[in-house]
Amino acid sequence: MVIYGVGLLAACMLVGVILGDLLGQLIGVQANVGGVGIAMLLLLWATNASRLKPLFAPPSASGITFWSAMYIPIVVAMAAKQNVLAAVSSGWLALLAGVAAVAVSFAMIPLLSRLGRQNHDQS
Amino acid sequence: MNTVVALLEKNSLITAFVIVALLLATSNWLAARLFRGQIHGSAIAISLGLLLAYWGGISSGGSNGLADVSLFSGLGVLGGAMFRDFAIVATAFGADLDALKRAGWVGALSVVLGVVLSFAVGAVVAVAFGFSDAVSISTIGAGAATYIVGPVTGTALGADSAVIALSVAAGLVKAILVMVATPLVASRIGLDNPQAALIYGGLMGTTSGVAAGLAATDPKLVPYGAMTATFYTGVGCLLAPSLLYLLVLFLQRLF
Repeated sequence: MVIYGVGLLAACMLVGVILGDLLGQLIGVQANVGGVGIAMLLLLWATNASRLKPLFAPPSASGITFWSAMYIPIVVAMAAKQNVLAAVSSGWLALLAGVAAVAVSFAMIPLLSRLGRQNHDQS
Repeated sequence: MNTVVALLEKNSLITAFVIVALLLATSNWLAARLFRGQIHGSAIAISLGLLLAYWGGISSGGSNGLADVSLFSGLGVLGGAMFRDFAIVATAFGADLDALKRAGWVGALSVVLGVVLSFAVGAVVAVAFGFSDAVSISTIGAGAATYIVGPVTGTALGADSAVIALSVAAGLVKAILVMVATPLVASRIGLDNPQAALIYGGLMGTTSGVAAGLAATDPKLVPYGAMTATFYTGVGCLLAPSLLYLLVLFLQRLF
């Protein structure tokens, strides 16, 4: 049944978000630490666990693949609800700080990629 | 006419489905005809969404872009954090667990490095604009990380509300720029494999920026970038008001 897939996906997300919140409280920050990331790992683990295989038979799996396919439409809706006006009209300091942070971060990607590859070759 | 509008507003989420479908259909048509497939349809749709959000902000005076125009309020639900995170988790279905394991430590390193780099850049800009107290400098630096780390840090350190607003604006600029610029620079920075996506997510950190940036570049890379990005805000909230603030204080005393 399709709802099995949706339910499993939802359960993974809820457990992940709860664990992320606990992790945040544990290290004393007012934020969810990696809740969504933990949820993704849970889903990956569940899809690879042989005991849960029946849950991922075709009709159930489509409950997950549907939401995966809805990702881009959701992101488009998310773009349409951003506070673009505040970002554009906030003055030079905010613009410059944001642009410079992005530029520096982009520039680091090739460097870190090389670092990761080297380490992988050695091991 | 009034009844139609009232019904559309009453069924706001359903209306949002239709709007996004039309937006994507237009964008895919533009991508095929006008840009001959050189730009992703989703990249155009995200840019159109941002333009509409700008217009929505002007016409409503609110802070949620197009979603503050009552006819389009369903976009606020569909594009809100709940559905965004749900869809992000769903993209992990079928992701390559080995690729994640292999890049584990570089992924972790990229998150910490991303927070520190963005904070440093934001702090330098704040100093260049004449800020001299460590609290304001740190708050703006934290805002350059993400628009959540900024206010969390500012509140923790007791920053002025105008400075907190600036830090949110810096974070917004970053998120929107990541959405728009990622597909344009992707090939130049080698963003075409799971490991690079993991590093990209960790360095950029803004979940919405990374989510949209990868959607417009290559949807297959989404789970890897999103995975590291979701740890960024937490790490930022941990480091910015503590270690990084102390570092700013220390440097201030030095000069």
